[in-house]
Amino acid sequence: MDYESVIGLEVHLQLSTESKIFCSSSTTFGADPNTHIDPVTFGLPGALPVPNVKVIEFAIMMGLALNCDIRKLNRFARKHYFYPDLPKGYQISQFDEPICEHGSIRIQTGDSTRTVGITRIHMEEDAGKSIHDPKTASSLVDLNRAGVPLLEIVSEPDIRSASEASAYLKALRQIARYLGISDGNMEEGSLRCDANVSLRPKGELKFGTRTELKNINSFKFVERAIEYEVARQLSLLKNGEEVVQETRLFDSTTGATKSMRSKEESAEYRYFPDPDLPPLVIEESWIHALRAKMPKLPEEHFNELVDTFELSEYDAGVLTAEKSFIDFFMAVVEVCRNPKGAANWITSELFALLHKEGLEIERIQVTPEQLGRLISLIDEDILSGRMAKEVFEVMFTSGRDPEEIIEERGLKQLTDDTTILELIRTAFDENPEQLKQYLAGEQKLHGFFVGQVMKASGGAANPKKVNEILRAEATRRENESS
Amino acid sequence: MTDLLFAPLTDVQRALESKTVSSEELTKDFLKQIHAFDRLNAYISTFEEEALQQARTADKKRASGDTSPLLGVPLALKDNIVMTEGETTCASNFLKDYQSPFDATCVEKLRNAGAVLLGKTNLDEFSMGSSTENSFFGATSNPWDETRVPGGTSGGSAAAVAAGLATAALGTDTGGSIRQPGAFCSVTGLKPTYGRISRYGIVAFASSLDQVGTMTHTAEDAALLCSLLFGKDPLDATSMDKEVPDFDLSTTKDLKGKTIGIPQEYFTDALSGEIAQVVTAATKEFEKLGATLREISLPNTELAVPTYYIIAPAEASSNLARFDGLRYGTRAKDVYGLKELYAQSRTEGFGKEVKRRILTGAYVLSSGYYDAYYLQALKTRRLIQQDFHTAFEHECDFILSPTTPTTAFQKGENVDDPIAMYLNDIYTVTANLAGLPALNLPCGFDSQGLPIGLQLTGKAWDEELLLKAGMLYQRQTDWHTRRPSLTEGS
Repeated sequence: MDYESVIGLEVHLQLSTESKIFCSSSTTFGADPNTHIDPVTFGLPGALPVPNVKVIEFAIMMGLALNCDIRKLNRFARKHYFYPDLPKGYQISQFDEPICEHGSIRIQTGDSTRTVGITRIHMEEDAGKSIHDPKTASSLVDLNRAGVPLLEIVSEPDIRSASEASAYLKALRQIARYLGISDGNMEEGSLRCDANVSLRPKGELKFGTRTELKNINSFKFVERAIEYEVARQLSLLKNGEEVVQETRLFDSTTGATKSMRSKEESAEYRYFPDPDLPPLVIEESWIHALRAKMPKLPEEHFNELVDTFELSEYDAGVLTAEKSFIDFFMAVVEVCRNPKGAANWITSELFALLHKEGLEIERIQVTPEQLGRLISLIDEDILSGRMAKEVFEVMFTSGRDPEEIIEERGLKQLTDDTTILELIRTAFDENPEQLKQYLAGEQKLHGFFVGQVMKASGGAANPKKVNEILRAEATRRENESS
Repeated sequence: MTDLLFAPLTDVQRALESKTVSSEELTKDFLKQIHAFDRLNAYISTFEEEALQQARTADKKRASGDTSPLLGVPLALKDNIVMTEGETTCASNFLKDYQSPFDATCVEKLRNAGAVLLGKTNLDEFSMGSSTENSFFGATSNPWDETRVPGGTSGGSAAAVAAGLATAALGTDTGGSIRQPGAFCSVTGLKPTYGRISRYGIVAFASSLDQVGTMTHTAEDAALLCSLLFGKDPLDATSMDKEVPDFDLSTTKDLKGKTIGIPQEYFTDALSGEIAQVVTAATKEFEKLGATLREISLPNTELAVPTYYIIAPAEASSNLARFDGLRYGTRAKDVYGLKELYAQSRTEGFGKEVKRRILTGAYVLSSGYYDAYYLQALKTRRLIQQDFHTAFEHECDFILSPTTPTTAFQKGENVDDPIAMYLNDIYTVTANLAGLPALNLPCGFDSQGLPIGLQLTGKAWDEELLLKAGMLYQRQTDWHTRRPSLTEGS
């Protein structure tokens, strides 16, 4: 029997607000333990939560980007459990009234595009961090992360493979980064993912028994964990055994998942509306204002690059991977009006230098305006491609204008017809033997003469012109001699 | 000794302004009186040195022209309001050594107005009770009859004002915790509209019901404190941005044109006959002031106590989850394992009534019971709110009722009968459930000489009318000026 995997993901996205969700402590990652705390974070008696409006705005923006309905009347709810890194004994979250519902996202794997449903997005606070020290058999708690805002994004069970799961995560991360609401960094924990995995016979509509995979903290591990789990469940089913509904922990060193707790032990959270936080009314006008403020999303950019700018899907994918790339690209095109040239320069020369220097595009000296002008100089035959590369390397390290570098290095391309013709004549005259063969039809000698001319011009001659004039001169000589 | 121990805040203010007494002298007198009546157990802690220091600072400021409204006035605070001096215990073993690193917003406002803060008053543990007997620090006695309870949960604040141990005090009121002890101790007690005074720094019992309020000698004193304490606080999302009236009561001469609703459901067999008589007599005074009485109906009154005893414990079970013994408060010793540590710390830290409410609350919020209890209670709460809405919309400007069904009961009388204890809140919980302002006014005594209180309940945000009515009533009667005959020594 053939089985198909049914996968749904629960993603926790840490929002990049300056302060926490219900108080003014900083959210900066990596500070000394328990330095970003205050009475609210610490759960002191008498402290009260006050919602951070930025969090609500970010949630609405994510909801709009994922085509969700935005709930007009929102409530925060308390989710109770005792744990040392949860100072109040409850987490402020949302329960049956999430801020966003019924959305979707398009993902691409290989050549196929699919739509994955978004069940809900809700806002909640993060817990602190517990660090268990086996040497002293003690646990330490750092509450810096407690109260950092999260969005929990729950997908429909629409994902069918490990690679789709990874594509889905990447697409979410890409959108979040476009919106500027999260850095989506899995290694630092600002994007976390749990996966619900089950199998069912192909064609069957009923879902099989699922397991929940936790502790998946990189894009690579998402695929590995799901692949492992699918294979595990498949072998159980093929052997006529049953899958047990349980939570399983992914171990990145072994690549395996192992049982953590079964459903029987699942917790009683005693959700109820948080009485410290009045119902949150989201007016239509607020949603409109946020929608107007939102940047163009990757999918729209991608379509524009392919349809209007006629770039390859590959280039379009590379250029829309990050908002900073597409912003840079669009700014270059704005100046040079040459999308293909801009795409080539960015994906080859610029990315190569970024990679070599280990730099982010946000932190480089050269501006898109400067690169745009450089491309225009090529298009106007003022620079050869080779020269431009030389100039660009200087621009990249110094941030200086291309015109200034060209001036300084005397790098202007030779485009004057008379001068080029003179160089060609000299080359002919200096190589009579080769000229004879060339005129006799030995086409490979065309390249020889182009090389001679380029050499004589110190590389400055415009190759296109050299080609044209060389052919014209050769034809003229041929006619002369016959 | 000055003769200002029992004087209204407005008189103390005038005496300080005219410099007939210094704040230091006055503060010393209050501290002396507190010591003399230590046996009442009204205070959990006093801050003698800090208070005297504040008093001397106030005197210096006054000398240099400072006219802050409470400059040098000695006040007391219920011990569930956090402040940086001393401990904030909530009368609980759990917090007996807890020191707050910050001041509640209401404390900050009192400080800014120049008040001298004498100490923290006794209460039922975490404000759960109706008698101030559920205190880790022992019961408070009623100054009118020391064998009886002062009511609760702000029993310490009520006893302190009644016994001349503070000019005025702050309390908190979740189901009647200001008004019922006010009635039992003959103190004017106001629970403002929910959202009027910041709850920031109040150790939460039931967040949707808790409200800070005043315990004073007169309605005028209450008005003075309200003008300072009311207002939106950016640190409390449930506090509301409503205009604060200036409470100038001087221009009001009568209650002509006002209709007072008398809810028939409040005058049942559960009400003591003497209280019914005294409260009915008091209604005549309001008629004399020009008001019209009108019998009204609040048909869902009988749902109030059961509704309250689902919502309040539900919220309490959640609010008290933070007391786990890990970061502050009592931590059980010699216990290994996380669950054991939680269980043992909470077992040792909390008293019986607190545990009862945590268990009740956890039960009504559990899946399978949530709909039947908690959700149902939210619905009946709306019905109760609707009753008041209808009454104020069509029938009356405010409502007059007894504050309590009985006068102060004997210590120990209701300790083993939680239901009898809960029924004491029958007239007061409705205002909390509906979020409305309500004022207790002393209005007489029963045959045993125990104080009786009447309650005015107003429209949301209309404390001004309640306080005007209270002031006019107190101009016309002298119940609020009666003092218990207390003798020093035990």
